[in-house]
Amino acid sequence: MLSVSWLLIAVPLASFFFLLLAGRRADAWGHWVGVAASSVAAIVGLGAFFQLLGRDSAERFEAIRLYSWISGGELSVDFGLLLDPLSITFVLLITIVGTLIHIYSVAYMENDPRRRLFFAYLNLFIAAMLLLVTADSFLLLFVGWEGVGVASYLLIGFWNHKSEYATAANKAFVVNRVGDVGLIVAMGLMFAQFGSVGFADVLGGASGASEATLTAIGLALLLAATGKSAQFPLQSWLGDAMAGPTPVSALIHAATMVTAGVYLVVRAGAIYEGAPDARLVVAIVGAITLILGALIGTAKDDIKKALAASTMSQIGYMMLAAGLGPIGYAFAIFHLVTHGFFKAGMFLGAGSVMHGMNDQVDMRRFGALRTAMTVTWVTFGLGWLAILGIPPFSGFWSKDKIIEAAFVGEGWQPWVFGLTALIGAGITAFYMSRLFFMTFHGKARWTDEQHPHESPLLMTVPMIVLAVGSAFLGLFLGLGNRFQHWLQPVVGEHAHHEPVLSVPVITTLTLVLVVLGAGAAYLMYWRREVPTEAPPPSLGTLLARNDFFQDAVNRGVFQTPGTHLTRTLVYADAAIIDGAVNKQATGVAAFGEASRRFQSGKVRSYALLMLLGFVVLAAILVVGS
Amino acid sequence: MSPINFVYLASVLFAIGAATVLLRRNAIIAFMGVELMLNAANLALVAFSRMQGNVNGQIMAFFVMVVAAAEVVVGLAIIIAVFRARQTISLDEPAELKG
Repeated sequence: MLSVSWLLIAVPLASFFFLLLAGRRADAWGHWVGVAASSVAAIVGLGAFFQLLGRDSAERFEAIRLYSWISGGELSVDFGLLLDPLSITFVLLITIVGTLIHIYSVAYMENDPRRRLFFAYLNLFIAAMLLLVTADSFLLLFVGWEGVGVASYLLIGFWNHKSEYATAANKAFVVNRVGDVGLIVAMGLMFAQFGSVGFADVLGGASGASEATLTAIGLALLLAATGKSAQFPLQSWLGDAMAGPTPVSALIHAATMVTAGVYLVVRAGAIYEGAPDARLVVAIVGAITLILGALIGTAKDDIKKALAASTMSQIGYMMLAAGLGPIGYAFAIFHLVTHGFFKAGMFLGAGSVMHGMNDQVDMRRFGALRTAMTVTWVTFGLGWLAILGIPPFSGFWSKDKIIEAAFVGEGWQPWVFGLTALIGAGITAFYMSRLFFMTFHGKARWTDEQHPHESPLLMTVPMIVLAVGSAFLGLFLGLGNRFQHWLQPVVGEHAHHEPVLSVPVITTLTLVLVVLGAGAAYLMYWRREVPTEAPPPSLGTLLARNDFFQDAVNRGVFQTPGTHLTRTLVYADAAIIDGAVNKQATGVAAFGEASRRFQSGKVRSYALLMLLGFVVLAAILVVGS
Repeated sequence: MSPINFVYLASVLFAIGAATVLLRRNAIIAFMGVELMLNAANLALVAFSRMQGNVNGQIMAFFVMVVAAAEVVVGLAIIIAVFRARQTISLDEPAELKG
């Protein structure tokens, strides 16, 4: 399967074009084409995975050069794929979770007249995302990077007849473009330094470059990662991106696309190796986002927005781990995989709740759904236990490792990062339990026209599969550090360091904080009555509910000055550059205006002028001789 | 009689013709003024030919006559066309192309 791994991208892409062009006659069965394309990609991915698994760990990579893509003077880029443990991990996550979500969408989008188009976009996303993770150069990665951006834009705005949804899509697109500038700048720097943008040349030659260059490249890549992964300071788009249909939120804005930034940082590990300052900034960005997302999550009443804030926060954990260096890379990707499963599962659960509750998203209108939607309750509950990090569920194996790794180091860093990660775990427990209890427990606060019912099998089966993953994947991959050994050929080995606190202490502290957080949520949102209208907020709640006024800040710091700047430039352009050109035209016109008076139309005066001219010439000749 | 007198005569005739062209509004009259100027020039050419003792000037005079004959044909045709179009042959009347 390795030799035909280009099928990973080709099949979903072909399906995308087919569904786009097939027209109405494919409305009845087009979605199954989409599911089949995603399944084929999953099968190819699994085949490639087992083939790699059969090799010695040092030989677990396969570079496939398909054709010469760009050949222009000094820059030549091949269209080539690189399959190594890191990219195969992503391929499996994308195709398996992707296929499950495709199946789920068949039922979820059943009543939407544009379901075929929805599946076309999903296939486009799968193709672009697979290109992103299998590309063997930053430029080809960038193609996938933009491709997922387009797919994300199309899917967020899928219900664009509501203008605020279309605005949300635009917002996501624009914020992502800001990040893309970072990737373009990074590629420019790479080309200037290494004369190439291929992974092999850039990452292989990174040790020979100066620290300043590597820091610049690292920071530029980080900007790209913050845009795509909704990290501080480019986090504002993710909450609004929940305007898309729920399967989109599960696939793109929880499991796969938003984690592309983490992939980029881990992939560029060799660059950060030589740029400790850039790496520290990565960790700081991760830590800030982790807390910011968690705090926002505590105050949101919209179930999808609360989950989006949680996604932001969990990706903050991954970024923090990636910023810790080789010690954290494996855990970042490990958490990314387990998070992909449990967060996608919970999003699908939220979709199932919405499906049964007339598309209601306000958690204050849920409650006591446990009996009405048992399967959803169980699957969501497993995801909830996983994200809390209760042993032996998945999150425990990945998140606790990150917290431990954050405590490793010297000076102030382990204390700041470690405690941040620790406190973040407590807040996570609080807001996820709040979400879980408000939705499934306590008293029913439904409106009269809501009659909750369990979702059809096509929806519950993917949820069950993802819930099983949430429950056991961490255990399976974490036991004996299997996942670490699997990724070792890519992320490298690192010497073992003891954290500043001993491991049992950290684990105990984490669990205590988690139980405290969950307990507080139990008292506040299960025992006590939850008002159906949000009570007047305290200052903290007000801040969190409004996403710490990120939009107002963006408007004040970037948009308003930017508008003024462009207006000034437009004015200057009109006054100076256009002005100079216009003055010339006016001058020519004035000259014409003056000279046209000689064209009197009177033949005799012309003749007189001719005679005068002749006389003058004759006089000159006479005088001259 | 010295040939220079013919040159004087030609100058006078040329001045009369030029004055006719400049002062008269009637196209036919102005046209006649042009002919007068052309013939004054011919007279001067022939006189110069005599003064120089070769026939260059006389040959030139023949050329001028031929051109003048062709010019009369075209000029009169234009005058008739203008008259048909606007019932006047005043030189000052048609001024559509003025700036």
